[in-house]
Amino acid sequence: MKALGELRFPLIAVLCAFAVGALVVALIGDSPVETYRLLLGSAFSWPDGIGYTLFFATPLIFTGLAVAVALRGGLLNIGAEGQLYVASFATAWVGITFANLPAVVLVPLCCLAAIGGGALWGAIPGILKARFGSHEVINTIMLNFVAVALVGYLTQYHYRMPGDPIMETSPVGAGAHIPRLGAFIPGLPARIPLNVAFLLALLSCWLVYVLLWKTKWGYEIRATGQNPAAAEYGGVSIRREIVLTMAISGALAGMVGINEVLGYRYRYYDGFSDNYGFTGIAVALLGRNHPFGVVVAALLFAVLQRGGVPVDAFTQLVSKDIVLILQALVILFVAAEAMFRSAGSRQRAAGSKGKSAAVGADLQVGPPAGAGQSAPGKI
Amino acid sequence: MKLELRGITKRFGAVLANDHLDITIPSATIHAIVGENGAGKSTAMRIAYGFYTADSGDILVDDQVRDIRAPLDAIALGIGMVHQHFMLVRPMTVTENIVLGAEPGSAIALDLRKAAASIRALSEEFRLAVDPDAIVEDLSVGQQQRVELLKALYRRAELLILDEPTAVLTPREVEEFFAILRRMRGQGKTVIIITHKLSEVLAISDNVTVMRDGRVVGNVRTRETTPAELARLMVGRDVLLRVDKPPATPGAAVLTVRDLSIAAPPASAASRQLRRDRLRLDKVSFEVRAGEIVGVAGVEGNGQTELVEALAGLLPESQVSGAISFGGRDIRPLDARRRREAGIAHVPEDRHRRGLLLEFSLAENAILGVHYRPPAVNHVGAVLLNQQAIERRAELVIREFDVRPPNASLPARALSGGNQQKLIIGREFGLPPLLLLISQPTRGVDIGAIEFIHRKIVALRDAGCAVLLVSAELEEVTALADRLLVLHNGRIAGEVDPARVTHEHIGLLMTGGHAPGEAERDS
Repeated sequence: MKALGELRFPLIAVLCAFAVGALVVALIGDSPVETYRLLLGSAFSWPDGIGYTLFFATPLIFTGLAVAVALRGGLLNIGAEGQLYVASFATAWVGITFANLPAVVLVPLCCLAAIGGGALWGAIPGILKARFGSHEVINTIMLNFVAVALVGYLTQYHYRMPGDPIMETSPVGAGAHIPRLGAFIPGLPARIPLNVAFLLALLSCWLVYVLLWKTKWGYEIRATGQNPAAAEYGGVSIRREIVLTMAISGALAGMVGINEVLGYRYRYYDGFSDNYGFTGIAVALLGRNHPFGVVVAALLFAVLQRGGVPVDAFTQLVSKDIVLILQALVILFVAAEAMFRSAGSRQRAAGSKGKSAAVGADLQVGPPAGAGQSAPGKI
Repeated sequence: MKLELRGITKRFGAVLANDHLDITIPSATIHAIVGENGAGKSTAMRIAYGFYTADSGDILVDDQVRDIRAPLDAIALGIGMVHQHFMLVRPMTVTENIVLGAEPGSAIALDLRKAAASIRALSEEFRLAVDPDAIVEDLSVGQQQRVELLKALYRRAELLILDEPTAVLTPREVEEFFAILRRMRGQGKTVIIITHKLSEVLAISDNVTVMRDGRVVGNVRTRETTPAELARLMVGRDVLLRVDKPPATPGAAVLTVRDLSIAAPPASAASRQLRRDRLRLDKVSFEVRAGEIVGVAGVEGNGQTELVEALAGLLPESQVSGAISFGGRDIRPLDARRRREAGIAHVPEDRHRRGLLLEFSLAENAILGVHYRPPAVNHVGAVLLNQQAIERRAELVIREFDVRPPNASLPARALSGGNQQKLIIGREFGLPPLLLLISQPTRGVDIGAIEFIHRKIVALRDAGCAVLLVSAELEEVTALADRLLVLHNGRIAGEVDPARVTHEHIGLLMTGGHAPGEAERDS
């Protein structure tokens, strides 16, 4: 019931975005119905549509979770992009360096490299904030550039195969490959890169949920995010939480490397990320920083991404940039949620104002916020 | 100016905030409106000021029915309002603030000189001692409030509505403030003061209107009433204003503080300039024994906050020097978590900043500080929270401390101040503590809840707990404490027996021992 209420506003935002998107398509001079049929039809077709949609959703689940965890802890991690690059390169490095190890050892080792690399790169801005109070937004953005340049340099000068025209490393050992889901699901061809990392993403989502709401660690992360002064009063070390939260966030972003390196290209391919780290911010926003919401939001963005190709190919005028427009509209409408929300609460105010009065707060125009001596809603 | 509310009714959804209010405020009087939180007093005054429009009823100004639909209408009629939270632009001068919205001169040339002159004249007329050229953020809270008064007077207000004006003032500032109100009354102004402090009502007002549940339950002359009668009208039952407590039977010293000094935090250049490098607490020594309440009185900002935070382990080690021993053991090296484990409970002065996670449920708030150990988790070192045990604990706190509404899944934000405070107190009392640090236990709390909280503190003392009580309410500390320390300027200005001392004597100590008239509050 509560979950349904939480879903209401993101759903309205998505519907509004599609409505405005239809208007744009009509203005260009194509049929909105046909465009959306192509978009959604291709994304949900079997096996290619669904296979690719889930494959595209995988990195977005990881980065969406990364941003959501950080936000729950009161931190804005804009550095998922850099974290996933460093982690992916680390994964490939382990896969190349220890190529001769058997799969049972090499796969876990590579996964650890992905998680550890992301955690490390995420922890750096955390440590900088905890030690020196420098803001994580600035530092994560800066570290994105550092990360891209660093792994680019390593690829170009140290791990590229001689004569290879593409900016990519040599392949990882065969023992580092993780199976594609086509191997288990009849009808799903092996050429579709959807792999075990997708299941890992779903598992991570559940683990993040348990971590945040069912463990004392999650309690401390959320308490720090909600009110650091009160968390400190409750015996939580704020500095420790900042570093820990950023490390967990980075680790989640880093798991993109498992999908990319172990399940898809089997090497590090420079510039592979289609802004996964930044789209993760939108995914977390749309998913209301809840792990289950993140999965739904990641699927939506994946549908748009997958559906863009046939729209481009089969319509007269509309290009696949309509996907970008839809994404942007979704983000805009989610950001404007405060607007829907205040309209909604005005309606509700007529019905349930009794609640706030019953608990003894002075009646206020605003939300029944903090009663007592320092009510912020008081005029 | 005479103001009359006649049959004013205002409904918010299902709630009747004001139910046929009849209030008459005669010209040139000071009129107090009292009532518990949610009684509807602020709503009534906001209707008079045009923030809200009444559903029915009339507002009469000087016996004429007036249509007040917006604050601008009220201002045009000569009604001014000073809000509890000041509406001042802090980096601007007093004059700039006062003329804001009514700037003199033409659109391109602001003429502040004339305005400054008339503000100076007003300030002198009412002896407000406000410099029109001062920057607002350099002023003390009391001075800022007088700027708000000037703002209303500059707009030629004849009737002033003051919403909880003394909540932010020190006792000395309250006295000065009341003197100003009396001068204003002498000049023929009418003053309405919304408050829930009975002592102030008796000190300043001519007439009192008591509200409860949206209705007027009493209109009395101040000199014909008593605090007990007012309290009974407000709450609807007899309220024990004095705390009923047996004499203390103190045991061994639980907390011993020796030469505790606290340095000012390394803050911004601006605040350093104001406060120099002064010590917040300067070589303070005292002890608290089991089974006694040691009160700490003092004007706020004289080191009480820092004292409590240092004892609770919330100040950086680098700021603190001296010895703190608890149960014979040095606790300086322990952090807040270890100190709570040792048996030190802490009810912080600011419950929204420190004491609560407002977005968290009552259940989650009920385990703050003990969330990592049984019963919140199954065994020491366990990671998973035990939801049933947490809910049981929350329900226990809710039941024993009468938290309303009794629903552990509500966010703490949904509760009134008094119930939030009861939740915190229940949580901390349930540790159970050997030492309780409790600051401003009843700030912003209804009279009924105050009585309840006082009884619980005394009960905890009688169970053998050592209590350090800090309060800005002299009534409260003298009623509860068995011994009373008075802090001034970071030092203990004196220790007194609260049963025998007069408020005048405490006031003298609080202000540094000067005669009241010449006391200087340095900050």
